[in-house]
Amino acid sequence: MKVTLRIQRYNPERDSEPYYQEFIVEAGDEKERILDLLLQVKWKYDGTLTFRRSCAHGVCGSDGMRINGKNRLACSTLLRDVNYKKPIVIEPLPSIPIVKDLIVDMSDFYKKYEAVKPYLINNSPPPEHERYQSNEDAEKLFESAKCILCGCCTTSCPSSWSDENYIGPAALLKAYRFVFDTRDEAADERLDVVDTPDGAWRCHTIFNCVEACPKEINITWHISKLKKRLAEREM
Amino acid sequence: MIKHQYDVVIVGAGGAGLRAALEIPEGFSCAVLSKVFPTRSHTGAAQGGIGASLGNEEEDSWEWHMFDTVKGSDYLGDQDAIEIMAKDAVRAIIELEHMGMPFSRTPEGKIAQRRFGGHTRPENPDDPDSKRVAVKRSCYSADRTGHIMLHTLYENCIKQKVHFFSEYFVTDLVMSGKSCAGVVAMDIATSEIHVFHAKAVMLATGGYGRVFRITSNAHVGTGDGFSFVYNNGLPLQDMEFVQFHPTGLWKLGILISEAARGEGGILLNNKGERFMERYAPTVKDLAPRDMVSRAIITEIREGRGFKGSDGTSYVQLDVSHLPKEVLNDKLPEITGFARTYLGVEPTKEPIPIQPTAHYAMGGIPTTVDAEVTRDKKRTTVTGLYAAGEAACVSVHGSNRLGTNSLLDLIVFGRRGGKAIAKFIKDAEFAPLPEDAAERTIARIDTLMNSKGKEKVGALRTELQEKMMEKVGIFRNEKDLTEMTAEIKSLRERYKEVSIDDKGKVFNTDLMEALELGNLIETAEPIIHGALVRQESRGAHSREDFPNRDDKKWLKHTLIYKTDGKPKIDFKPVSITRFQPKERKY
Repeated sequence: MKVTLRIQRYNPERDSEPYYQEFIVEAGDEKERILDLLLQVKWKYDGTLTFRRSCAHGVCGSDGMRINGKNRLACSTLLRDVNYKKPIVIEPLPSIPIVKDLIVDMSDFYKKYEAVKPYLINNSPPPEHERYQSNEDAEKLFESAKCILCGCCTTSCPSSWSDENYIGPAALLKAYRFVFDTRDEAADERLDVVDTPDGAWRCHTIFNCVEACPKEINITWHISKLKKRLAEREM
Repeated sequence: MIKHQYDVVIVGAGGAGLRAALEIPEGFSCAVLSKVFPTRSHTGAAQGGIGASLGNEEEDSWEWHMFDTVKGSDYLGDQDAIEIMAKDAVRAIIELEHMGMPFSRTPEGKIAQRRFGGHTRPENPDDPDSKRVAVKRSCYSADRTGHIMLHTLYENCIKQKVHFFSEYFVTDLVMSGKSCAGVVAMDIATSEIHVFHAKAVMLATGGYGRVFRITSNAHVGTGDGFSFVYNNGLPLQDMEFVQFHPTGLWKLGILISEAARGEGGILLNNKGERFMERYAPTVKDLAPRDMVSRAIITEIREGRGFKGSDGTSYVQLDVSHLPKEVLNDKLPEITGFARTYLGVEPTKEPIPIQPTAHYAMGGIPTTVDAEVTRDKKRTTVTGLYAAGEAACVSVHGSNRLGTNSLLDLIVFGRRGGKAIAKFIKDAEFAPLPEDAAERTIARIDTLMNSKGKEKVGALRTELQEKMMEKVGIFRNEKDLTEMTAEIKSLRERYKEVSIDDKGKVFNTDLMEALELGNLIETAEPIIHGALVRQESRGAHSREDFPNRDDKKWLKHTLIYKTDGKPKIDFKPVSITRFQPKERKY
């Protein structure tokens, strides 16, 4: 069957502003990945179409983009997930600078991720064996550790849109990952980073991040746990 | 052109590259170059676990792990290297845990372990010769072990302030006489050429899965590191050994971890038979990957596969009988893949699967300290190191056991990092040749200005389909000979490739064209290695030579690029503790 992709294009070497271009592609069935349709455009019709991609099954986080108005991974979105009877609109992730076509500048996103000290801090000498942790405590981390840093959440968040200094849901989720790790000793350092107007308190529980997350992480729940921890610390 | 000078340059930011970077001491400069942001590396796609004889769930020992790896390799693995890996595994896992990696845990809070293909223990621990049964040796974080490990290593690199050059695409080595003096790279964002002058270079560039049509590998798996070495007159080792993972999602090749079978999943043919009982009566579905992949193709060839509407065939992986908690807590990712990509509900129905090109056992020959070697006497190349899937130590021989790849990354990535740290203390920079970037600049100019009629996408698809058809799980002289001619012609046609994108910013059209060149250069030694080796061993199955032939072929192949037919040489296998025996499970 034929499907139309309406893709936002922008080449900084040529264009003064983004525009849309339509391509008609051939899809085998409803289970075709949007990524494969983009690759079809690139390999068959227009080699200049530019986007990031790598694993093609939702674990590397390269191909976050806006598909029919929702932030998603092109490799985890199938035709049957969208209305393909009409042109499928594909745009770069919103609210961050566009580099070219569907590629955005993620440097600010990574900077905020690094700000929460995303690594275990434990200065006590480690035992000879592993540090013990209950499976329950380990599994509390797994949801947040699932994050693939695709940027779908942060760029879907109205608080991020209106406040460029807001650290954003992805960085807060990473803060949770370490604050709630029973092996970590630096919860306070991280809580200091997020206990600011541009930190956890900027989250107004709009839930856009939850809706956008391709790994189905309940990010807002994790942020609310962080807020609760901050409030308890205040007491 | 921009020049840089670093004591160390590491190419690739997957498990091996990141682990190596952590060993470079303060006071020395180290740059890690990666064509993708580090956490996008393909290590993150590994699912099932990391092998180590912690013995947290049942009795285990490094000798048993070593024996299994030797036997799994069909006796082609170098036993000195395998001994180092199996012994070091326990320390390496504990270290990851101390670095902060979240693991699934036992009720006592220790690292949990599960069964995996080819990992066994003697049924009676006091009698090493007793029947071998599956052992719980794989340490895991649900079924996202690679992702969690990759992030943990990257996090530790941030902590240690490792200097990354993200989205820099390395195009060539800089050789200075017989030493390596650095690399040439293209900044993808600007197309600017950078020359990195270094005392030591490590290639941690991963595999070549994209040589094949059906693969579990990411689009980035284009054999870059292999082609750099091959194009610079250095040998590649054991390239004929390509691992096809038995359980890729049908048609897509997406990995469904062996952990699914480790947790109790079984394979079924169209008669509803658990066919692995016939091929590996003791360990059944947990036989090593080469055997299971062959069994699946045999079932399909003999009419016991399922046929899809498009004419392609598959068998089934059934996990529907497993408890819901196991599926949800221990296999959440792969059950999700089945739902998302095939619309199959694994709690209720079997998953259609087929073998998928997964892993390069062969690669850049190295010592156990990741030093690249140039000949059968294992003479080292000053300043050049390789680790991870790109390297061939060889710990995997002709067939890798599941869970040994993540282990390989952290054991030999670290050893390589330590060897480099020692080397750079006294080493001088080898002189940087004036023309270091010339070959790269010429390649790029040719592609940018070409008006040829060949297109990257079509040529790559042709390569991938032919490799699948003629150099896949079963091979024979006729197909392989035909393929040697094909690859020659593909290489000629590659000269006629033209691209659409003539710009400088994020020219992924250019990048894909360069990667296609690397794929073609990597395919050649795979084909020629497979043609030369007239026996069946591990993942290399010759229909015309169905038996293993230790007398003639218990040796590594080394393959060198020439202007004509590649030159082949051989290197002895290190055999220390275990004499070759028939390989039965």
